[in-house]
Amino acid sequence: MKVTIDGIEIDVPKGTTILQAARMIGPEVAPPAMCYYTKLKTSGGYCRTCIVKVTQGSTANPNPMPKPVASCRTEVMDGMVVQNVTSPDLLEARKGVVEFLLINHPLDCPVCDQAGECKLQDLGYEHGSAKTRYEFKRREYEMIDIGDKIKLHMTRCILCYRCVKVCDQITDNRVHGVVHRGDASEISTYIAKAIDNDFSGNVIDVCPVGALTDKTFRFKQRVWFTKPVDAHRKCDKCSGKTRVWLKGEEVVRVTSRMDQWNEAEEFICNSCRYDHKRTSDWVIEGPTKISRHSVISQNHYEHLNELKLQVLKQQKALGFMPLDKRP
Amino acid sequence: MAIQLTNRSKVVSNKEMSFSEKLYLPAIVKGMLITFSHLFKKTPTVRYPEQKRSRAGVYRGQHVLKRDENGAERCTACGMCAVACPAEAITMENGERKKGEEHLYREEKYATTYEINMLRCIFCGLCEEACPKEAIFLTDRIVDAEYERDTFIYGKDKLVEKIDKRIDVSIRETKEVAEFKKLPGLKHNELFDSSKQLKKGKH
Repeated sequence: MKVTIDGIEIDVPKGTTILQAARMIGPEVAPPAMCYYTKLKTSGGYCRTCIVKVTQGSTANPNPMPKPVASCRTEVMDGMVVQNVTSPDLLEARKGVVEFLLINHPLDCPVCDQAGECKLQDLGYEHGSAKTRYEFKRREYEMIDIGDKIKLHMTRCILCYRCVKVCDQITDNRVHGVVHRGDASEISTYIAKAIDNDFSGNVIDVCPVGALTDKTFRFKQRVWFTKPVDAHRKCDKCSGKTRVWLKGEEVVRVTSRMDQWNEAEEFICNSCRYDHKRTSDWVIEGPTKISRHSVISQNHYEHLNELKLQVLKQQKALGFMPLDKRP
Repeated sequence: MAIQLTNRSKVVSNKEMSFSEKLYLPAIVKGMLITFSHLFKKTPTVRYPEQKRSRAGVYRGQHVLKRDENGAERCTACGMCAVACPAEAITMENGERKKGEEHLYREEKYATTYEINMLRCIFCGLCEEACPKEAIFLTDRIVDAEYERDTFIYGKDKLVEKIDKRIDVSIRETKEVAEFKKLPGLKHNELFDSSKQLKKGKH
């Protein structure tokens, strides 16, 4: 099936969603997604950040779709024409979505442990407006301890349901997911019940905001002061392939490895995540490649040579002669 | 040949000195006269610390970590100043506020240690620009001279303002910040309200 996204044509198999097709093209055209998670069945369709404009439904029916559609839940049709970043109307609509997501968000990024790797921060920065128009009291909840390793800040939650899906898909006995309705919705009991599971810690990794955070890492370090390395260990429960966040010689945190869409490559077990906090527990493979635009790569100098090469390349393109090469 | 940047350079010559030049005395007297004449000229130096030169209000000198109107520390150890710092002079450690410490620290998280290496610091002011909590400001105070390098690492004891000796930094607030504070409805804006703040002892 041929689909055109932002003027780029791609051939995809039947049953592919617009979001997946856009991701195949690349990060420039892929719409942001807060609730969709490739590895979680039935995820997506809640947050509406991935909306796109369909200007032509298919070759058979070239009419445009009447309003923006959630790209994570809409399958492509042959000859479909989709607009994402090329449509100013759509960007305006997405700005509205971001504003709604941020309505009840406490904006406590200076305190939050997720700051620096928070998808809502990125989304607000790229698609949101700099000011708030909301004048009412934001909803507030008490912090909840889910087990002794996870802290739930319901105030920061954007109700993406990812954690609910994780719990749903690792255990059989469903109790509850989200209770109440509308802006009173709350992640509840169900998660607390699933906490005995060996893979329950993954709710921290799937959470796009700082609602579910690792208590063993709570207020330890800001993310950008730590150094992520890819490491592995022999584990009988999971693959043992993790990302270890170091501060000097100390292991401050262990997470699963994230791909470029911020999705875990493989879910890791609680034993790897919480109980192995010594450098000697891990076989370190090497530093994680982090985009130099990320705050996490600030004040790290691993990529200095790469940066130098890029500067030289740009200087050459501009016809600029380096000082030491001048006559 | 190198590019000539100015026309002030003089080509050195090896020509024979004249008789008066060989005497040296006229040249020495000429030099002494210049030295002597300076006795009657205005001195450009001041006798610091008895006498102080006036500085612009926005002079960037020693930092201060502000307290809010209730005397609680504003800094929440978010690390923005440290990541913004081009000299990498700032380091900090975070801690969680315990019950009963609400009057000491404004936020749930606070800096257990906060250090600025004054030898590294270039006083650019990026830390105060980055600060989301209006906690760090540069003041018009000068960092003291010391004998040991270690003593230039200023900890919280030197940086946090004394509760009975507040430092007025309202002059360093930008227009944008002042405007932002006027926005209604935001809870943390009430906390930012510096109009209630004590205005004592301008340095």
